[in-house]
Amino acid sequence: MSLLVLMDVSLFTLLLATALAITRLRALYEATMLTALAGLLSASLFVVLDALDVAITEAAVGTGISTVLFIAALRLTRSREAVTPRRRLWSGGAVAVLLGATLLYAAQDLPPFAEPDTPVQTNPVTQTYLHESQEDIGVPNTVAAVLASYRGYDTLGELVVIFTAGVTVPLLLLRTRRRAERDEAHAGEEGAEGGTEPGTEHGTEHGREHSAEHGAEHGAEHGTEKGAEHRSARAVVMSEYRVLRVASKVLMPFILLFACYVLFHGDYGPGGGFQAGVIFAAGFVLYSLVFGIGEVERVLPWPVMLGLVPVGVLLYAGLGVANMALGGAFLDYDTLVPGHPEEGQHYGILIIETGVGITVAAVLIAVYYSFANRGARR
Amino acid sequence: MTAHLPALQVVIPLLAAPLCVLLRSRTIAWLLFLAAAVAALVCASVLAWQVADGEVIHYAMGGWEPPAGIEYVIDRANVPVLILVAAIGVAAAVYCRASIAAEIEASRIPLFYACLCLNLTGLLGITATGDAFNAFVFLEITSLSSYALVAMGRRRRALLAAFQYLIVGTIGATFVLIGIGLAYAVTGTLNMADLAQRLPDIYGNRALGAAVIFVFVGLAIKMALFPLHGWLPGAYAESPSAVSVFLSATNTKVAIYLLLRFAFGVFGAALVFGRMPITEVGLVLACLAMLVASAVACFQSDFKYLLAWSSIAQVGYIVAGFSLATSDGVTAAYLHVINHAVIKGALFAAAGIVVLRLGAARLSDMAGMGRTMPWTFAAIVLAGLGLVGVPPTAGFVSKWVLAEALIADGRWAVLAVLLVSSLLSLVYVGRVIEAGWFRRHSESVAVERPPLTMSAAMWALVLVSLVFGLVPEWPLSLAEGASSVLVGVAK
Repeated sequence: MSLLVLMDVSLFTLLLATALAITRLRALYEATMLTALAGLLSASLFVVLDALDVAITEAAVGTGISTVLFIAALRLTRSREAVTPRRRLWSGGAVAVLLGATLLYAAQDLPPFAEPDTPVQTNPVTQTYLHESQEDIGVPNTVAAVLASYRGYDTLGELVVIFTAGVTVPLLLLRTRRRAERDEAHAGEEGAEGGTEPGTEHGTEHGREHSAEHGAEHGAEHGTEKGAEHRSARAVVMSEYRVLRVASKVLMPFILLFACYVLFHGDYGPGGGFQAGVIFAAGFVLYSLVFGIGEVERVLPWPVMLGLVPVGVLLYAGLGVANMALGGAFLDYDTLVPGHPEEGQHYGILIIETGVGITVAAVLIAVYYSFANRGARR
Repeated sequence: MTAHLPALQVVIPLLAAPLCVLLRSRTIAWLLFLAAAVAALVCASVLAWQVADGEVIHYAMGGWEPPAGIEYVIDRANVPVLILVAAIGVAAAVYCRASIAAEIEASRIPLFYACLCLNLTGLLGITATGDAFNAFVFLEITSLSSYALVAMGRRRRALLAAFQYLIVGTIGATFVLIGIGLAYAVTGTLNMADLAQRLPDIYGNRALGAAVIFVFVGLAIKMALFPLHGWLPGAYAESPSAVSVFLSATNTKVAIYLLLRFAFGVFGAALVFGRMPITEVGLVLACLAMLVASAVACFQSDFKYLLAWSSIAQVGYIVAGFSLATSDGVTAAYLHVINHAVIKGALFAAAGIVVLRLGAARLSDMAGMGRTMPWTFAAIVLAGLGLVGVPPTAGFVSKWVLAEALIADGRWAVLAVLLVSSLLSLVYVGRVIEAGWFRRHSESVAVERPPLTMSAAMWALVLVSLVFGLVPEWPLSLAEGASSVLVGVAK
């Protein structure tokens, strides 16, 4: 017991220190690394609390994917925070203090930690989940039973939230043909200007600056050929590190295999569709980080990726509609195998977990792709 | 099949969204959105008819009995909102075909319609659910899709508006989640009816008090109650025209519904209005909203910003109504939710036509539009009179009911503020009419007729607002039914 308390105290202290450091840092790459650390610390806390499903999710999302997405976003913008004038800080500070005070006020009457007779533990709902789920659903992992069946509709809602992210990010970052054409025409004009102007205005400082600007833009920007060249150039740099190259190639099959294990073993141990999808996506993201997005695109072209995003939601919600057609309520898996509700539950959970996995993986890859692709052509 | 209606009205729009992404055709995506909105409207209407005599429909998702499972509860408190959201959805669907084609690049349109479907799904889901956490999940769906929809505006400023909305809205949603989490920690249940049963035993618990504060502040952000309204003007004014129509008429209204449901159906009026000073706080904020936002609206030079500030003021009227916690006050709040949604939808539809034909909605651009675009201008005048509350428009009816509720409760100061705010609204609507009718444009230009679908949707909303003013029995009966369920539960 005392060891657990010691672990809790030290983890919370580290988390607090990390959070404070993040607020103080101006360099955003460093801050991103610290958020990854904060994710890892939270995941460790969840492990101490025996919430393994949440711990896997937090480790995969908080430490893995979201860090990569932050970095991908930082590459498109500045990597240093602008200094906010001190007089504009007080309003945010006041809100933070008020929020902390309210939480402390609430904490006085919260049930004591880890007691067996708290309202949550004694509530009949918890009793149902812990005891009757074995007969109702027959899945050893109670968390999976609650998430996928008792509160399966919430999980569908959460999947739709992820799907929404998968729709909105490409919607915002999509490079439409019209804009791409305009940019290309623009780049072409500027290139031509850049070619002629220095000849006439050679010598003056203004002219030199001007041509340098144009040259840089021309070199880095637009033009499918140039973009592709630039992309492959960056990929070469990354994959030149032998350790990175070998390690990522060796890890890749294991990551994908582990994702499948987490998906199909979710009924028995910690894990499930969500965690599996994130791990699967992490494999692809790792590969594209080292070898370039172009290599991933050869395996999984953009239209296929965007096409997979809605498939999982359709599978999940479609199963619910099928249940209705079979005479049950929405998402009543009992109806899948008439006479054997337990088997029906088993198939139902497998189908929806697969749906969750497909959409989560596709959304995360599509979101990463939207960022990376924009970066490659800038 | 009718047994599944509570689920179907949310599931149909939910299924339409992935289909939009999968099929990736502009026409099919539009048809899917239209079909989803029409289907939701049909479901909501049938449900309204079924619960009209006071029956309550329960639908257990996954066949699990609540509180272990999630249930949808359809009663007279949420059918008015369901009908409102679905009907505005249909109007927006008719309106958006031509409007979106003119404002958004072709390759983005299927994804855009997917976002609209998701937004509709979220709004209907929040309204239909009887589970506190489920309401939060659908609140997230609505919020995320709203941010993207706002960001699709034609100017670059839309991105900044969407970012502001994203940050502030996320804080609001997080507060709601913290509040629900605290309520769960002290009861162990998430079902609204179950919570309502268990909470009276622990009134006075400080965690419960904090839960009320978190949920209310979070939802106050979502419904843009003064002084938490900062996101609204940019979000409404910079978003694409069709999105302004849809969001302005539905998003804040659903947040108001959820607040009412939490106040009366979960925490209980005895706690919220009896032990906590929500009535006083609500009335003070409502008065500030009515005065400040109306005054700011008078100084706007852009028609869409003017309408957005007026929306903040109108939220003040609604909050003043339900803060009284009397049956009359809640009736007034519901009635104004319905009437204001229709009126503001019509006005934003008109603003969209102005933007489409004149290129911008600045009042200076609208000079002389009474002659160049007479029909659109007539719609603005009619709906604008409703906004002011001139008899016999819908706005007059709901303000009258609100005034009666205030008098019955003896809140004379609030009544005075209501009158002053109405005078201010006369000023800002008057500025629009003055610009359109009495000022002349330097050169008279022939303006093309607006697309038929856009003006049809606008006129449908204008006519509904007139009908609700002349024959207010139906909306009034809906509002009274809702207040009898909510306030009746508390007694």
